[in-house]
Amino acid sequence: MTSWWRRQRYLIDFTLASLWRHKGKNLGLLLVYSLMVFLLASVMLFTQSLRREAELLLQGAPEISLQRLVAGRHELMPAAYLDSVAGIRGVTAPMGRLWGYYYDPAVRANYTLMVPPEASLSRGEISIGAGIARARSLNPGDYLSLRSSQGQAMTWRVRDLLPAEAELVSLDLMLLAEEDFREFFGIAPGFYTDLVLRVRHPREVRTVAEKIGKRLPDTRPVLREEILRTYDALFSWREGILFLLLMGALLAFAILAWDRASGLSAAEKREIGILKAIGWETSDVIQMKFWEGAVISLTAFLLGYLFAYGHVFYGGALIFAPVLKGWAVLYPDFYPQPLVDALPLATLFFFTVFPYAAANIIPIWRVATMDPDRVMR
Amino acid sequence: MRRVDSYLVGTGFLLTGFLLTQVDVRRSLEATEARRQRVGELVQQLQLSDLALFTEARYTRHLSQADLHSAFQDHPLALDHFPSGSLALPPLRLERP
Repeated sequence: MTSWWRRQRYLIDFTLASLWRHKGKNLGLLLVYSLMVFLLASVMLFTQSLRREAELLLQGAPEISLQRLVAGRHELMPAAYLDSVAGIRGVTAPMGRLWGYYYDPAVRANYTLMVPPEASLSRGEISIGAGIARARSLNPGDYLSLRSSQGQAMTWRVRDLLPAEAELVSLDLMLLAEEDFREFFGIAPGFYTDLVLRVRHPREVRTVAEKIGKRLPDTRPVLREEILRTYDALFSWREGILFLLLMGALLAFAILAWDRASGLSAAEKREIGILKAIGWETSDVIQMKFWEGAVISLTAFLLGYLFAYGHVFYGGALIFAPVLKGWAVLYPDFYPQPLVDALPLATLFFFTVFPYAAANIIPIWRVATMDPDRVMR
Repeated sequence: MRRVDSYLVGTGFLLTGFLLTQVDVRRSLEATEARRQRVGELVQQLQLSDLALFTEARYTRHLSQADLHSAFQDHPLALDHFPSGSLALPPLRLERP
């Protein structure tokens, strides 16, 4: 073991000396390689973390939410539908939700106005999310005026701010009393935006949804599992799009790496010939070249991964933020929680480290098995 | 110090950094558990269904609640023009036969 390791140490030392002779070229390659790993790892870590966060946070989402559609558009839900749904076996706690969107021209942002299920707010009071508070510079005790659907200004006093730690779900929320909501949007009593309900046994959710579909054919149930699947698919889709955008760069890098690793220059061929002439065996030459590939690709992987980790979890994913923000004025100011799954990490390792190491060895094997005299000519 | 030793020390540092990220993941999962629970309770209490990732358009704000032809919802030729529309997946049910 000791003699094996000593031999490898000499080989690595020789390899490093050989790499150092062309330091400009090899450092350039290391930089581009690390950058490639950095971009791929950043996309992977970012989407993984968001996906897990969505999965955990939305566990508490309503089991079934029910919308009414007229001509393919959302329509207000008559309160009578509540009784109809309540009559289905297995359904518990059906209730009407009141929520809607408001575009605030003053800051060009969309708010989500919502009536909390428990009547915790009195008329003239609101609770707002951190995004609205930032956009309008509001603090508890301040007043906010918005123009209602009838064109009159309505004013509320900010009772409190929703916790900043919940920004990912409550950023643009404005909670207000039911009477204020109805007056603001002109929604008559006896109508809701949609219904939410719980089901006693989780296994019955689909059956209940089918029964609702039969009883109220103009409605569409949205199940919690669908919500979770939507987010899972959203992040896979986005990861796919980002990977697709990176594909051009990836291919360019693959060509560069392949050319660098497989196209042996005359000097390199002569070097191998000399090594063989002075007594190196074919296996020594191959091991030396293996170390050459491993030194570059392993260093690039570790550097790229570490920078990506810092960028995503401690640098607020600066590169992706503008893409995700789009034209939105309100955007959650949150740092993804550190999360690294073993399988994608292993995949990334496999696809970034192994191809380069392999591309290094194959052409060498061809040259190393040739007669030194022929190689040097 | 020989080149190989400097290289092994450098790689050792990078590997330690790699292992530290795994420790950091563990630590952060435990540290943020309470926060996640509080946010989860808020989600349950307010019956929220979506993340506030894209607030620019109503069909990307509540992805799970958007209607069936949201990209054309303003008029029949109203193509999706919000940047987030290209990042959000079309509703899953559209893919079903």
